[in-house]
Amino acid sequence: MTGGGRIARGAMALAMLLAGAALTPPGAQADGQKLAFDRAKGNCLTCHEIKGGPAPGNLGPPLADMKARFPDRKELIAIISDETKRNPLTVMPPFKRNLILNDKEIEVIVDFLQTL
Amino acid sequence: MLRQIFVAAVFVLGTAQPLLADNAVDPNADFKAFREYFTKRFPKVPLNDFVNGPYSMDEGLRNQWKSIEEFPPYEFAVEHGKERFAKPFKNGKTLGDCFPNKGIGIRQNYPYFDTKSGEVITLELALNQCLEANGEKPLDYSSQDMAALTAYMAFTSRGKPFDIKIPNDPRALAAYRSGEQYFYTRRGQLNFSCASCHVQNPGGHIRTEVLAPALGILNAMPIYRSTWENMGTITRRFRTCNSQVRGVPLPGQDVLYRNVEYYLSYMGNGLPISGPSARP
Repeated sequence: MTGGGRIARGAMALAMLLAGAALTPPGAQADGQKLAFDRAKGNCLTCHEIKGGPAPGNLGPPLADMKARFPDRKELIAIISDETKRNPLTVMPPFKRNLILNDKEIEVIVDFLQTL
Repeated sequence: MLRQIFVAAVFVLGTAQPLLADNAVDPNADFKAFREYFTKRFPKVPLNDFVNGPYSMDEGLRNQWKSIEEFPPYEFAVEHGKERFAKPFKNGKTLGDCFPNKGIGIRQNYPYFDTKSGEVITLELALNQCLEANGEKPLDYSSQDMAALTAYMAFTSRGKPFDIKIPNDPRALAAYRSGEQYFYTRRGQLNFSCASCHVQNPGGHIRTEVLAPALGILNAMPIYRSTWENMGTITRRFRTCNSQVRGVPLPGQDVLYRNVEYYLSYMGNGLPISGPSARP
């Protein structure tokens, strides 16, 4: 490893960190929306109003203003993974616990949610 | 395989606080709590209107329903059921011969607890028991024929209040409690109990569908569903609900389904039979 290489990698890492914090990787929004709207996957429109989604249900709150309401994406991940942990009476399916969505899919959906 | 796992892990977490009085089985107290929950939550809905399910919850849907009822889509089923009911078996008897009052105006008494067999007898089960006792082939519980028969019988009872009895027999109380527990237990990959939709979210929209309140939900059965473009028995509805929460449907008239029907029908006591009905 050369000194120059290390610096380059460091710079790249920093850039990615900043990018991750401020930007959604290209294509992620489309993927996330696709997963969220897919009836076999997130199926989020069944209960949530989401920009760009037709005929939403209303059992859950509208998913808007998400970055402001959920600045920490870990909270969204937890909610999607298993909301019963926080609210035993919830009707939100535990997407991770019941193997509807995997970790990667949840991450991609959260990327999408944070653009709403 | 995965589905079996979800169903097998029957769901520790409760859903809506069961509308129970306390640990002893007290159907009367449950009945009061259940009724009060819905009437308090929907003070503007006349009590008898709850049997109209989603129409009692949504004005727009009710207007659509009024148009549909001008040419009731279940009429053909009632006609067919009436014919079938009177048609003699090979041995010369008819379905009417198995029932009190020839099967006319008795729907509101079903299900009942049969102390001889120690089981809940639903109308659908009673019809098949009659067929089998007379050497005839039983009907599939989700079939159009079964729906036609129960449609006809419900039609002859229209307006009569549900009159379900729970005798002071530990087996009957156990069956009632089993139905109640089934109703409040989460199941399926989606982790919903019946109560998730019909107690916690009556009037709520899942996409464009409006959820019916559990109060009086069986009074309207069997139904003609526009979505299905044909009739659905109670069995059919229970099975499709199980499938829709990505659980495993039980065989028709499984003891658990009969117990749930017993519980829900009892909760509808005093409310009029409105079946057969049309639904979206």
